[in-house]
Amino acid sequence: MSHRKIQKRSVADLKVGEKAVIESFSDQWMSLKLLEMGCLPGTEVCLHCKAPLGDPICLNVSGYCLSMRKSEAATILIEQ
Amino acid sequence: MGNPNSGKSSLFNQLTGLRQKVGNFPGVTVDKKSGTAFLNETTEISVIDLPGVYSIYPKSVDEQVVTDILANPQHPDYPDVAVVVVDASNLNRNLLLFSQIQDLGVPVIMALNMLDIARQQHLEINAVRLSMQLGVPVVKINARIGEGLELLKVAIEQQIGQPTVSETLFFDPGQQTVLTGHDMKGLIADVRQQYQLTNNYLALQYLIQHDGFSFLGQPQRVKLDGLIEKYQFDEVDFQAKETIGRYKRIGEVVKTVVKDKRPLDQSTWSQRIDRILLHPVWGYAIFATVLLLIFQAIFAWAQPFVDGIDAGVAWLNGTLHEQLPDSPLTDLLTDGIIAGVGGVVVFIPQIAFLFLLVSLLEESGYMSRVMVLMDRIMRQFGLNGRSVVPLISGVACAVPAIMATRSIGSWRERLITILVTPLMSCSARLPIYTILIALVVPEKTVLGFLNLQGVVMMGLYLLGLVAALLAAYAFKLIIKAKERSLFVMELPTYKWPRWNHVGITVWDSVTSFVWQAGRVIVAISIVLWVLASYGPGDALEQAENRVRSQNANLPAEQVENRVASEKLEASYAGRFGKILEPVIKPLGYDWKIGIALISSFAAREVFVGTIATIYSIGSADEGNDNTIREKLAAEINPETGGPMYTPAVAFSLLVFYVFAMMCMSTIATVYRETKGWKWPLIQLAYMSVLAYGSAFLVYQLMK
Repeated sequence: MSHRKIQKRSVADLKVGEKAVIESFSDQWMSLKLLEMGCLPGTEVCLHCKAPLGDPICLNVSGYCLSMRKSEAATILIEQ
Repeated sequence: MGNPNSGKSSLFNQLTGLRQKVGNFPGVTVDKKSGTAFLNETTEISVIDLPGVYSIYPKSVDEQVVTDILANPQHPDYPDVAVVVVDASNLNRNLLLFSQIQDLGVPVIMALNMLDIARQQHLEINAVRLSMQLGVPVVKINARIGEGLELLKVAIEQQIGQPTVSETLFFDPGQQTVLTGHDMKGLIADVRQQYQLTNNYLALQYLIQHDGFSFLGQPQRVKLDGLIEKYQFDEVDFQAKETIGRYKRIGEVVKTVVKDKRPLDQSTWSQRIDRILLHPVWGYAIFATVLLLIFQAIFAWAQPFVDGIDAGVAWLNGTLHEQLPDSPLTDLLTDGIIAGVGGVVVFIPQIAFLFLLVSLLEESGYMSRVMVLMDRIMRQFGLNGRSVVPLISGVACAVPAIMATRSIGSWRERLITILVTPLMSCSARLPIYTILIALVVPEKTVLGFLNLQGVVMMGLYLLGLVAALLAAYAFKLIIKAKERSLFVMELPTYKWPRWNHVGITVWDSVTSFVWQAGRVIVAISIVLWVLASYGPGDALEQAENRVRSQNANLPAEQVENRVASEKLEASYAGRFGKILEPVIKPLGYDWKIGIALISSFAAREVFVGTIATIYSIGSADEGNDNTIREKLAAEINPETGGPMYTPAVAFSLLVFYVFAMMCMSTIATVYRETKGWKWPLIQLAYMSVLAYGSAFLVYQLMK
């Protein structure tokens, strides 16, 4: 458990309906694509739904719905 | 140009009147398309529709097209005016691309689309203020119904006559020295001077994207690498900073032009539908039902139309035979052309139903949900959720399906998708399936409402799908990954299908099926008729004389039949089939089927036409008013005396066609998409082995 506390929470940890504010990205290459799609630090996102096997997930971000894999969502770190 | 799903292709269709496929999922336009439109009575312009992109930095092959054109003013398609279609209901993200295109120094016009949807979402947009803030002409349009086209044309005319380009850049890379801590000013100035560029942002594109620019030679690329080294320029970091910088300014602009009256936290219709369609249980159940419905429709609902056409062709053939004088020309027309073409025309209803349903899925926005639904499963097989679109469109035709793979960013996933897509049963296999199933599967109702023939048909499609997934898994183990896989994708809102677009898609598919397949089939039918009616030297007369002398005591009708079949065997086509016979004998096929197999290499649907032609020639039945199915059912196997088409032979043929890559156009498309002969040949080889092996197994087990 102590290990988990050190790790930052990411969008992949959100529950359906939960909201969070993007803080930073842990993967530079992935961040380019995510930034272009409107996932900017300081933006509020809301986990809108998950695909049947819990992956991919759908995010509400800046007024539209964006789907991505859980592994990709894990690179979006959120403010505590 | 514009974001995916912003309505570019709708606008293009409205401007040019040209019919182009429009769908409600990203990646419908995978290549540029061009057409012409009239600005006014005297001025004709050429309009180019480009694939949708989110930014000027491409993430896949289809997106590369846009950058290639815009970054190279010498490009033949470099626009005089760039009309950027902007989705008003998602202004922030759409303005990112818009500001990049504007900064490249192209004269731009913003076509503000989907204002009705923005209004539904309680967004009010002040277009005049937007135009003033950005310093560009903004025209409100509704691309779906064609509103605002006249104003747009006026704006285009003005921009061509007197191009106005904004003086200052929205985001000037030359002024970002503070942001990056590097001497950006010096770097950009150096690039501009070396390549005689007039624009700072274009210079930045040279720096970041030079490896993807086909118009730059190797020495130029090395030079640019040198400059990057000299100034210690970090491309990825700068690109991220650019995007953030642009969004910051866009946010400021949007704040002044948009009144957001959106009630907080109210879920939209689309989101509520998503909860059901992406539900852990219901999601898959609904998807399975939708697929089942498609197959029911193709097989059961289309059947009355199919029967009608089939009977009509048979009647026409019989009447012509009676009315026209007996001559080789009449035989060519009836046994050759009409028999062959009839075999194709019969399948129009099924193909129309198929394209109707697939285009409804595309139009409504359900297709993107299917991608989300399937991504997890597809990944296990080395594919991507986006591979679902090629695989499903592969049910219609592999050629557009393989082109649709361009939206898959990772080369490995794209290649695997290309390699397995032809295993999906395309509409050209439908004629073969239909006729063979009707021949050996009884028409029964199972489980109360399902047509047994429909179930078998669905089984064949599933067989293709399973084979495609297994083959993908095998390729996943063989082909190594070169880059990372990505599945970040916008989910468009659900929309009512535009019935005129659906209608156009169906009409286009049917006509192109009839014309393209029809031309090949007419040509092959004629060639085949000649080959089957003439033989080397006097072989045909010899055969006839031999039969007549040997069977002098048989009834006249039987003698005639035997003469006809012996003559066919002695003809060029017959000899050719005979040579092939030892190879296909283990699969249960005779030399007549062999002829059909060979000719169907041009296109699968030719098989049915060929069979029809061969059996018409190979019988003395003068009336010739039998349908193809009756002709097949009547065919006797000379060795057993029973019907030629036993279940073993029919299923062996069915399985062969599920797997065999019998399609020239697909091979040509794979060659074009993979830029070489290596992959199409590998594909042809593995599919042929698969087809031969399984057909062999099926026949030997069922015999």
